[in-house]
Amino acid sequence: MPVKKRKKDLNLMENLYIPEIAKGLALTFKTMFKPKVTMEYPEVKFQPPASYRGRPVLVQEESGVERCVACGLCSRVCPALAIEVRASETELEKERYPEKFEINMLRCIFCGFCEEVCPEEAIVMSKDYELVFTDREDAIYGKDKLLVPVANLKDRLEFLRNFK
Amino acid sequence: MPKITIDGKELEFKQGQTIIEAAKQGGIDIPHFCWHSSLSVSGNCRICLVEVEKLPKLVIACSTLAADGMVVQTASQKTLDARNAVMEFILINHPLDCPICDEAGECKLQDYAYEHSVGESRFVEEKNHKDKRVQLGPRIMFDGERCISCSRCIRFSDEIAGKNQLTFVKRGDRVTITTFPGESFDNNYTLNTVDICPVGALTSADFRFKSRVWEMSATDSVCVGCSRGCNTEVWVRDNKIQRLTPRHNEAVNSHWMCDYGRLNTFKFVNDETRVDGPSIRREGQLIKVSWDEALNLAHDRLREFKTSEIAFIGSAFATAEDNYLFARLAKHMGVHNIDFARHIAHGDFDNLLLLEDKTPNSLGAELAGIKPEHGGLSFDEIMEAVKIKKIKALYILEDDLAGLGEEYAAALGKLDLLIVHAVNYNKTTDYADVVLPSAAFAEKNGIFVNFAGTAQRLKPATTTLETDRALDGMSMSRWDVFGTKFDRWANGSRYDARPSWRIVSMLSQKFGLKLKFQMAEEVFRSLSEHNKHFEGLDYDNIGRKGALVKNISLPVPEKIK
Repeated sequence: MPVKKRKKDLNLMENLYIPEIAKGLALTFKTMFKPKVTMEYPEVKFQPPASYRGRPVLVQEESGVERCVACGLCSRVCPALAIEVRASETELEKERYPEKFEINMLRCIFCGFCEEVCPEEAIVMSKDYELVFTDREDAIYGKDKLLVPVANLKDRLEFLRNFK
Repeated sequence: MPKITIDGKELEFKQGQTIIEAAKQGGIDIPHFCWHSSLSVSGNCRICLVEVEKLPKLVIACSTLAADGMVVQTASQKTLDARNAVMEFILINHPLDCPICDEAGECKLQDYAYEHSVGESRFVEEKNHKDKRVQLGPRIMFDGERCISCSRCIRFSDEIAGKNQLTFVKRGDRVTITTFPGESFDNNYTLNTVDICPVGALTSADFRFKSRVWEMSATDSVCVGCSRGCNTEVWVRDNKIQRLTPRHNEAVNSHWMCDYGRLNTFKFVNDETRVDGPSIRREGQLIKVSWDEALNLAHDRLREFKTSEIAFIGSAFATAEDNYLFARLAKHMGVHNIDFARHIAHGDFDNLLLLEDKTPNSLGAELAGIKPEHGGLSFDEIMEAVKIKKIKALYILEDDLAGLGEEYAAALGKLDLLIVHAVNYNKTTDYADVVLPSAAFAEKNGIFVNFAGTAQRLKPATTTLETDRALDGMSMSRWDVFGTKFDRWANGSRYDARPSWRIVSMLSQKFGLKLKFQMAEEVFRSLSEHNKHFEGLDYDNIGRKGALVKNISLPVPEKIK
């Protein structure tokens, strides 16, 4: 393809400057009367749709127990090796529960594989996108930070049932 | 030799072999649940159905004798259809609880369902419910729903362990396994049933839920529980040993190992009593010091005594390499009082694997040069001499003499100098003036010689401070491969310990003996050059199955069942 030659200098109209200003201002005034699209974050929070993949969280049943049975599939499928699970035995019917469940948010790439592979619908991607930490240790989320009541995750669970 | 054609491949077989055996020998794997090469044939799972030409119906490969000229199809449409149907039947009542089941990842049913079944079931009724979490014995948990009634565990306890403790009860799809009334499934070989269970019906109470199998690395090793030297695999996660499983070696332990060896021979490696870094005794307290300081003190103090006042105690728990260099050092110093302690538990043996000698390497220690020479004292004589203060300094390699009994402990209290190589703090280290931390069996390369003279290799499964999984070519799990120092899970506990042969070689330099070796393999090469018993042996030809030591006559061990 022949390379289009770039004009060396501004032409007369451009050199005059005033018409260009007028053109620019015309656009400005036109936009002033259009509806606003800018969100004033952080005063106004973005409410993501159900399909949004925020940080992965563990579903906590109404009884207060996590759904997770510590099968380790999320840990195995995680391409970034962000998840560490250590299982232990429980008296509950599910027999097995995660004694330790840690996600290293510095490793997590929000791919959602953990959610996809989970046989219990116990780990889901939340709408939480505000992740701030000041050191590496802070970035490792344990069960205290990961457990989210099932009531807060209804959107996502419904989305998964419809589209997964 | 008669010939059989399986899948178009002409294979030779011995008269009396079944189709499945002939196929296995020829490298063709016919799916099977209930068949096991060391157990009798029961033929109840029906998954090994194959098509044999000129026979009207499919036959089970595990109990049909191979015949000359027989033509077998293991992958014809008819066979595949039958296999799928059998899988569908077995899966009717099998719960879909793989996420919870410990067997997942090494489950035959899971593998075959993936390989051979159609992927869906036409069974819409409710599955059969049976007892779950039944404690069949002190070490065995049973899940009735997962059981596919292959009867391997029943046949194993009957035929191999020689204890008829398990049986089927009820009929049809209600059939389940239980112990005889009033009996507990408690013989010394119960955990082998966990290994041979093709599903997760039998699980180990000890290993239960500790780790998924794919999260661990497996390393070939040898059990240190007794002088049988059962071949094992050491399963490691986060640099911590999670379990031991037997490794097949027909000449030594077949497919089996005892519960005692499986549960009691690895926990000390990650125990909190591990010796971490060398220490010396100052004002009655053991104080951590640098390697150099500890070795210098050991050297200086040993120099204070006449050679007749010193005794070296080798160890049947240490490798041949450790003992070899230890003996070399004794010889160099002119110490003739060198022997090792035998740990014989009289009467504690059985007719399958367990032996009275509770050390893994007593023959190896002796052959590597740990025996009194030139009028030196034997072990019992050394201890007598210690009591009457004729021997004032003792250098012990990885053994807990004080743990042998009160009188030994009292004797050690009379010593002027006690240098100990120790893996864990024990009663002997309570008396020690210098404690040198030695690497445990799972942390080093080395050779053990079992009671029958088979030299077998140990490989490192866990790392110490000075070893590195990747650089030292150790087996690695996915987590080991990709872990960084910032990942908590990659930082299992690592101890400042070294193989005894390396400690001895470092000490030997101070005595002017140049035992300069970089690797255990070099030590063994030197041993095989200088010692007629190890002539011609090296790490490669010992390999995974072991090799017999030379120039020695030993009773040939009975064949394992």
